[in-house]
Amino acid sequence: MTRILLTGNRAAAWGARLARADYLPAFPITPQTEIIETIGSWIDSGEMDCRMATLESEHSMITAAGAAAATGARVFTATSSQGLLYGMEMIYTVAGWRAPFVLVNVSRGLASPLTLEPDHNDVLATRDSGFLQIHCATCQEVLDSILMAYRLGEDARVRLPVIVNLDGFYLSFTREPVETPDPAAVDGFLPPYDPENVRFRASAPLSQAVVVLGGSPYSYFRYESHLAALNALEAHEEIAEEFARTFGRTYGALDTYRTEDAEIVFVMMGSFATKAREAVDRLRQAGRPVGCVRPRLLRPFPEEGLRRALAGKRGVAVIDQNISMGKGGVLYGELASALYGLGQAAPVLVSFIGGLGGRDISAEEFYEMAAVTRSAAEQGTAPPPRLLYTLDELREVRKLQAIAHVERQGLGEES
Amino acid sequence: MSETRFKRMKDLPSGHLLGSGTPMCAGCGGLEALHEIYDILGEKTVFVNAAGCMTLLSVYPFTPFRGSWLYTAMASAPAGAQGVRDALDILLQKGRMAPTDDLEVVVLTGDGAAYGMGLSATSGAIERGLDFLYVCYDNEGYGNTGQQYSGATPHGARTATSTGARGYPGYKKDLFSILAAHRPAYVATAIGAEPLDLARKVEQAKGLKGPRFIIALSPCPTGWDYDPKDTVEIGRLAVRSGVWPLKEYRDGKVTHTKIPGARLPVEDYLKTQGRFAHLFTPQRNEALLGEIQGRVDAYWQAVG
Ligand SMILES: Cc1ncc(C[n+]2csc(CCOP(=O)(O)OP(=O)(O)O)c2C)c(N)n1
Ligand code: SF4
Ligand SMILES: [Mg+2]
Repeated sequence: MTRILLTGNRAAAWGARLARADYLPAFPITPQTEIIETIGSWIDSGEMDCRMATLESEHSMITAAGAAAATGARVFTATSSQGLLYGMEMIYTVAGWRAPFVLVNVSRGLASPLTLEPDHNDVLATRDSGFLQIHCATCQEVLDSILMAYRLGEDARVRLPVIVNLDGFYLSFTREPVETPDPAAVDGFLPPYDPENVRFRASAPLSQAVVVLGGSPYSYFRYESHLAALNALEAHEEIAEEFARTFGRTYGALDTYRTEDAEIVFVMMGSFATKAREAVDRLRQAGRPVGCVRPRLLRPFPEEGLRRALAGKRGVAVIDQNISMGKGGVLYGELASALYGLGQAAPVLVSFIGGLGGRDISAEEFYEMAAVTRSAAEQGTAPPPRLLYTLDELREVRKLQAIAHVERQGLGEES
Repeated sequence: MSETRFKRMKDLPSGHLLGSGTPMCAGCGGLEALHEIYDILGEKTVFVNAAGCMTLLSVYPFTPFRGSWLYTAMASAPAGAQGVRDALDILLQKGRMAPTDDLEVVVLTGDGAAYGMGLSATSGAIERGLDFLYVCYDNEGYGNTGQQYSGATPHGARTATSTGARGYPGYKKDLFSILAAHRPAYVATAIGAEPLDLARKVEQAKGLKGPRFIIALSPCPTGWDYDPKDTVEIGRLAVRSGVWPLKEYRDGKVTHTKIPGARLPVEDYLKTQGRFAHLFTPQRNEALLGEIQGRVDAYWQAVG
């Protein structure tokens, strides 16, 4: 075990290396590219026994990933944003093949407008695909989650591919101290991939991914994937326990922080949750009983855990780093359905949207969200969803708009 | 063409490997070609398929294949082949699979996938030197969705999306040359109605490593509008009229494997199919017929 400074991207590459991934189908996209470059350099130097194939698109990359997994190799791949969406047909398709592999998504906002900086609309677009989803908040968690993701996806009760998500820039390009576990210990935790009966061999012909006729067999196989995804909750608990025993770091389906005696709780995913924790500490210093819950698993969704963690709380501020046009925050909707029917014990849920395209969420905004949620709880009704934005920001955008206007008029005069 | 074990018709395999009772239409020229190809390739194969008519060969829980099958999507069968081939190579190299368990990876797609949506995946696979055989059954349209025109539809043909008096306004894309320009190991055109020529080409392809392609023109009674019993005859006419040149590319050279001696008029071929009926009735469209014949003549003049 060694502790080194690693970016989230390099931590992801280390995860693939320690998992002894056999195969890396790849395609470059910011902010993910450092992952495939890192693994590529290890392959070139002989430090990692893996084969890399650069496909001509993410659609092909995910096809190749699924096909290699369906042949019996341990597969690792990575993408971001537009790449994930370009491959979306295959994200859904390969999930149904029940051939597990790990895909790291380095979150980045989707066009339009075009940006490089992060939010979660990319990964959330795969929510209903059949991929499991693990969301990370630190570089250490990225590495560890990849090891856990292989165990989870390959578990006989599950057998589904897994997306491990980290935020672009905030994690991908941020160096943090990361413990890289001892390879022998990883081998003990994560045995070689056993493809069971899902593989292609001349001696055992197999048809995979075939057509079904009619809704009945179709439904059957779709239900099977759903039930397998639900099985991943129990499997994750066991795997997390073993991980903690082996490596001394504990990762539940939910990362709860100072929630026991909290009256108001922030719920959010990804690296910005570390800002929420910071705010929790400050608010506690000021005598406010606030906590934070960060779902690590989005699929399967840890509903029971959320009910346990949030029942009896007065108010919950759901902070979505995504936006569903015409609806609002995706996590807010997920959480509302999970908490439905709690009766008296149900907290008031308040929806906030922030952090789009990497927009920061300041400490003051966390304090304000806690205050808004507290007063909503006191009144017993939630205000309409809030879109986090400051007057200063608005003034800056107005300036940009004024420049754009002048520029356009200038062009008009020239022509 | 080098030494072949297929010298006469009687050298062709007598038994058929591909099971019967598939949901393909009666008289399907694509299935005819696939039968002939499969008999030679054999069962140590994994067919990686893109969306199209042939996707319905394997409908749970049945398959006519004795070997393996993977359906992918319309655009990315060559990428699926890449994943399977790479995984087999990795497992062989790491000793996790018996060498006797190795498989030939075969992509099977229609023209819509091959000439259009999947072309970049094919180009990428050639760039990477993928060791695979790509079989394109070319029925000159999006057959599975009801024969709309594709990049492979011939000039003037009526399709579900070109129903006017002039038929399809575009020209059939020259996929053979596009593929050959990538300098892969092998590219051939073929047709089920010329089984000896097809068998030799499959034999050639089987003996080579790297990216290999067989584009089989596939008369399609449903999409081309003719009686299923005429599939073989129409296939022969396609060759004898010069509409479908049989050729192969190898080592940088293109060779015609069957040069029609006295070429039949293209009309003889066009007349057999309802999709060209508007060229003859209510009156002959001399201009269009002349243009089509002219293009075929020009092709063969260039061949010399
Ligand atoms: C991404 C995508 N778009 C459209 C389709 C619908 N589709 C299914 S088969 C097909 C036609 C394929 O044409 P071709 O490759 O020529 O095969 P054929 O049907 O003629 O056998 C189409 C358009 C699809 N399956 N996937
Ligand atoms: S539509 Fe044409 S290509 Fe498709 S199965 Fe029928 S005959 Fe064959
Ligand atoms: Mg077609």
